[in-house]
Amino acid sequence: MAVLEVNVVAADHEVWVGEAKRVIARTLDGEIGILAGHEPVLGVVAEGETRILTTGDETIRVKADGGFLSVENNRVIIAADQAELL
Amino acid sequence: MGAQQRVFKQKIRSTQSLRKIFKAMELIAASRIQKAVARSKAASPYSTALTRAVSAVASESNVDHVLTSEPETITRAAVLVVGPDRGFAGAYAANLLREAEELIRLLRSEGKDVALFTVGGKAENYYTFRGRAIEKSWTGFSETPTAEKAREIGEALLESFTTETADGGVDEIYIVFTKFVSSVKKDPEYRRLLPLAVVDAEAAGATTGQADALKSDAPAFPLYEFEPSAEAVLDALLPRYIDSRILSALLSASASEQASRQAAMKTATDNADDLIKTYTRLANTARQAEITQELTEIVGGADALAASSAGD
Repeated sequence: MAVLEVNVVAADHEVWVGEAKRVIARTLDGEIGILAGHEPVLGVVAEGETRILTTGDETIRVKADGGFLSVENNRVIIAADQAELL
Repeated sequence: MGAQQRVFKQKIRSTQSLRKIFKAMELIAASRIQKAVARSKAASPYSTALTRAVSAVASESNVDHVLTSEPETITRAAVLVVGPDRGFAGAYAANLLREAEELIRLLRSEGKDVALFTVGGKAENYYTFRGRAIEKSWTGFSETPTAEKAREIGEALLESFTTETADGGVDEIYIVFTKFVSSVKKDPEYRRLLPLAVVDAEAAGATTGQADALKSDAPAFPLYEFEPSAEAVLDALLPRYIDSRILSALLSASASEQASRQAAMKTATDNADDLIKTYTRLANTARQAEITQELTEIVGGADALAASSAGD
């Protein structure tokens, strides 16, 4: 099964990089769930928690505050002004 | 010990203590270059991601945004000069300010009014000393710039950009900073920040000095779905893109500053070594001259005594 390549970056450092099965992020319109094969998306991230289910079935919670999310070719980039692992 | 010798010894001592200071500053600067370069690297994934996203939105949607549309007439331009807070960095500040002056002259020759924004005490002093008005200045973080400071600057610049020219706003914004190429090569340069000329990720990546994996697969953008809408995404992206450009300029400038300081302090240490050598030579000559003179006096005295006792 295809996996998602996830990059979570804050303005001045990289927060988390790795492979995941599923990413759930909060955008202005509500939560968006991304699985492998998702169509390309560029969205604005609202303040809140992003949950990443890694390939090792581990859940990584990231607090992302203001920024955007881009998805293409199973590559997810969450770039936030401030982001930290919870 | 003769007076002359004492003078030289004193000079050697004071040069030695100066040398110690120069050497310490050189070592500190050298270690800070590494740190500054690492910070610059750490910030690059974010700015690469932003550049790519901005290019993607701009290239595929025909959204017209206030930050990307070229005004018909440009009457006022803002220049942000990113300089150091402290001196002791050789010609770093002078070269940067020369570049800034060149840009200002160019803008004036195009009939544009110039509003100055400065970062760092040196740039601020330069203009206040010459009685030139500074719109806004920031000091105290030229060596360790942070994302928060970059945002603060970005906000101030955006505010002035979105203000009508008649009310004191500006139509375009330039940034002057020293680009860090390597610790021996640092080039002062200016760049237009606003209105954004959105280019493909490759060119933008090259100008911000990032060589990144994202670049290689940049040319074709997929058809994005926008959440909530292309306009909203662009609204959120552009200010961040500007902040990130400012941050990368600040980080590059801080690396250049440390590199210049290291080079300047290395030269100062070498010069101090030369001076110490020269003064040691002079002190030795003075000592020998003194000994020679003393000997001559003793021999002369003995001769005179022998001559007077022979006369008895």
